[in-house]
Amino acid sequence: MNVIWEGLLAAVRMLISLDPEVLEITWRTIQVSVTATIISIGIGLPIGTWLALTRFRSRGFWVSLVNFGMGLPPVVVGLVTWLMLARYGPFGMLELLYTPTAIVLAQSIIASPIVAGFSMAAIQAVNPKLLLQIRAMGTTRFQFLLLLLWEARLGILSAIIAGFGGVISEVGASMMVGGNIRGYTRVLTTATVLEVSKGNLELAAALSIILLTLTFVIVSLLSHWQQKKSAS
Amino acid sequence: MPITLTASRLKLERSGKLILDIDRLALASGETLALVGPNGAGKSTLLQVLAFLIQPDTGAIELDGEPISNGNRLTAIRRMALVFQEALLLDTTVQQNIEIPLRIRGVSRHDAQIRSVEWMHRLGISPLARKQAKKLSGGEAQRASIARALALQPQLLLMDEPFSALDYPTRKGLLIELSRILPETGITTLFVTHDFSEIPFLTRRVAVLFEGRIIREGDIQEILGEAAVSLSTWAPWDNAAISNPSA
Repeated sequence: MNVIWEGLLAAVRMLISLDPEVLEITWRTIQVSVTATIISIGIGLPIGTWLALTRFRSRGFWVSLVNFGMGLPPVVVGLVTWLMLARYGPFGMLELLYTPTAIVLAQSIIASPIVAGFSMAAIQAVNPKLLLQIRAMGTTRFQFLLLLLWEARLGILSAIIAGFGGVISEVGASMMVGGNIRGYTRVLTTATVLEVSKGNLELAAALSIILLTLTFVIVSLLSHWQQKKSAS
Repeated sequence: MPITLTASRLKLERSGKLILDIDRLALASGETLALVGPNGAGKSTLLQVLAFLIQPDTGAIELDGEPISNGNRLTAIRRMALVFQEALLLDTTVQQNIEIPLRIRGVSRHDAQIRSVEWMHRLGISPLARKQAKKLSGGEAQRASIARALALQPQLLLMDEPFSALDYPTRKGLLIELSRILPETGITTLFVTHDFSEIPFLTRRVAVLFEGRIIREGDIQEILGEAAVSLSTWAPWDNAAISNPSA
């Protein structure tokens, strides 16, 4: 209990004193997680929409694959990404291992199935007759998709929140492909693990509290927007 | 300008069962036809085929004598409006619900606004313009749905039991309004109904669909006179409405 209290005080001290290292780690965490979330929207939303709207023979397999992907262990994603980006791996020539880009890649792989799965569910929840009505308006394919996404927007926002939650909280993949390099690839989760391993529990608690606060603020903003849309 | 609709040799099968088998269905320009039949007769399916939402296995649909194919399907859909039993409004305001389909069809923002204001006024929903569609009552929502359809100034109006979910006073009010609007606009109209008391408000021409086939077509008195016994079991009958639609 004392550690948490000390951590809370340390976190407040760091934020008030604008500790440059903590600010830099926090800013990198935001950059990496938001970028990964945006990429996962770009990948997951079209896949979720496609699976929700189409019927084909192997659809069940793809839906199972997406649902399986929603529970992918970050450490496994980290290992696979590491093998892909390692010097002797198929993408080794890109020299991305132990860079923030590698963390973004791994986190995008983690979040994309989450966004796809939740988006698929959100779109499938739209009244199928409304889809007929939208088509009967004389929509082009693009106009149809725009109206469909508008109707499913609350569920899609949930998908984005879930995807963001998945990436900002993961540590295994970031540690493996980022390497937790000070001033370069260190993010709040990997910094916390490091401080725990060094026995600096107050500092680890402080970093955790900053991470929690950051997550809470971003998810609250998205939730507020979502609920505002829901209530309007 | 209203248009003619001709459907010929339409066949649709699902899981080996023949759902639709329409030899010929024709609506003259500005004409209103009521399509009746028991549950499962294929009424809604036929409407969706005519609205190009379901592709039939065989057959042809012509608008004003022009066969509709993949190449001109979107243009054909944009000459029509479809009203379902449920209002099926978008999750936005009433006014936007009316304006969005107009914008989709290339109407300018200014003209869309003028048309939406006009049709909300005509259907008595002007005070609801800025209300969210999901907060409307069933009657209000269906008025908005009909306003949305009529604001499109369609050449062909397809309605699938648009009044069946409404209480009697609301239904009657809407029927009376439509009985004025349809002749005035001259829109070619096909409407599906379960309730024969609705028919005389809008037309005298009736087609009976049974097991996917049109088994009878003609004047309401002639059709209902012949089949009065079986028809009376499908829906409550309002003789007063037939003799005096606006009563």
